[in-house]
Amino acid sequence: MEMIQTPEINLSAICHILTLCVTGLLILVLDLFINDQKLLPFKIDKKLLPYVALGGVILAGISSMNDFGPAVYAFNNTIAADNFAAFFNVIFCIGTALTIMISINYMEQEDLNHSEYYALLLFATAGMMLMALAASLITVFLGLELMSISLYILAGFNRAKVESTESALKYFLLGAFATGFLLYGMALIYGATGSTNLKEIAAAIKGDTLNSATLLYLGTGLMVIGLGFKVASVPFHMWTPDVYEGAPTAITAFMSVGPKAAGFAAFFRVFLVGLGGITDHWVSLIWVIAALTMTVGNLTALAQTNIKRMLAYSSISHAGYVLVALVAANEIGSTAVLYYMLAYAFMNIGAFTVVIVLGKKGEENLNLEDYSGLASRHPLLGFTMAVFMFSLAGIPPLAGFFGKFYIFSAAIKAGYVGLAVIGLLNSVVAVFYYLRITVLIYIKDPVREFPPLSISPFTLAALVIAVIGTIQLGIFPSWILEIAQSSSLF
Amino acid sequence: MVPLTHYLLVSAILFSLGVAGVMLRRNVIMIFMSIELMLNAVNLTFVAFSKFLNNLDGHIFTFMVMTVAAAEAAVGLAIVIAIFRNKPTANVDEINLLKL
Repeated sequence: MEMIQTPEINLSAICHILTLCVTGLLILVLDLFINDQKLLPFKIDKKLLPYVALGGVILAGISSMNDFGPAVYAFNNTIAADNFAAFFNVIFCIGTALTIMISINYMEQEDLNHSEYYALLLFATAGMMLMALAASLITVFLGLELMSISLYILAGFNRAKVESTESALKYFLLGAFATGFLLYGMALIYGATGSTNLKEIAAAIKGDTLNSATLLYLGTGLMVIGLGFKVASVPFHMWTPDVYEGAPTAITAFMSVGPKAAGFAAFFRVFLVGLGGITDHWVSLIWVIAALTMTVGNLTALAQTNIKRMLAYSSISHAGYVLVALVAANEIGSTAVLYYMLAYAFMNIGAFTVVIVLGKKGEENLNLEDYSGLASRHPLLGFTMAVFMFSLAGIPPLAGFFGKFYIFSAAIKAGYVGLAVIGLLNSVVAVFYYLRITVLIYIKDPVREFPPLSISPFTLAALVIAVIGTIQLGIFPSWILEIAQSSSLF
Repeated sequence: MVPLTHYLLVSAILFSLGVAGVMLRRNVIMIFMSIELMLNAVNLTFVAFSKFLNNLDGHIFTFMVMTVAAAEAAVGLAIVIAIFRNKPTANVDEINLLKL
């Protein structure tokens, strides 16, 4: 057996992850001193800790932006710091920064203002980044688990509330179950190719030096189950509405964007880089899953009366659109996914922010009817919600439209016209339930009294950033598309 | 020497037992133990491949899986305790406030 050689340590390749981890640990340590200020040379207030977290995320975001350029392979080729990872890392940082901004007021209002919350958000983000950077099955697994374990706790953060703990339990049990499948898939792929490194796996497939093709196909199928669960694709989506409904709303916003994008980053890396040589064998499976995910997600969303559940099913259907790009497996598809996930981060967190703003402690106003007549009382808030709904529905000139447009054109270019047609029909169905909210906001009379709004400055800033992002990406998509194109996996 | 197929068969059987346990058991702790059984079946597969391929990656992966499984156990049991405080039951059928 060969000796283990210590790989060259290149910390600059993972400095964004380190920034997040160090900030997270710093928050945990500072929290210990809050009740005993005498031990510290300076004064610290509990209210300051979210800003420390926000600073850490912004630093990590800046350092991710510096990653654009030639790819760096570090830690014995288990980390690939290329443009693809950099683009995803920027998306994660935007998602986490917006989540922290909307959490500051929300967590105080719900009496949940513990600093562990922010530390866990940062650790989850570090896990997501590790997934995007992964060039080896081991790194994919470690990143995935760092993200998931933090999310299990965050989903149950409101531990005095039964719904919250129940959603944590469901998420945990199903998540750990899916991890089992993912790992078994990894083990079989390792056995079939003799390596855990994605490039070496690809080389073994290409050079036809497989130990067993059957094991490779079995492993690929098991990995589809594991990753399909993480991105909430049908038929592995059952946990999504329950977890999204039960978790604190700020966490729901976070979960619907970052972890989903991270799941897709890993999906694309593993299937296009590692298993790109056997595309013929997995593409029909993903085709079926994509078609099912879009259709089931959209049709079930029609029947929902709770806004969080509706947005959960809407996020399932959006996962279906992104899987269409994976089926296409070409350059436009890979570009479209990057653009789409960025647009999705803005519009989905924006929509959840409106939900948070309209709720107050103990009365979250989660029924669709509660939105009736919003525009007549709070015209600006009604307008922002309408912008997010139109964008999610894919109506031009907003960001969601171009995302869908590029994904479907990628599918047509790759010859999957049938899948593109299914996707287009689904977009039509989706317009119905998104427009229903807009109709309620603008046309119906209010069914309840809207209290005067008290939006904290940071929540307002998050809302403004989300609106600007949604509109800006839609009206001027070309510059971000250029960056996305240079970040594509091909 | 025991051939590789035997190890793979044993781990496949253990994995299936774990899956069956998750599907059939109704007690949270038993479901959790079945998941651990699945992870250990995977570990066995990794170690067996590692030995027969003469490659260390599988060993390293096994250590990672064990570490993560320990972290997962800590969080999982904490969640079970948190839910038990709200609702004294360990039966997943009774944890049904959110409609499925």
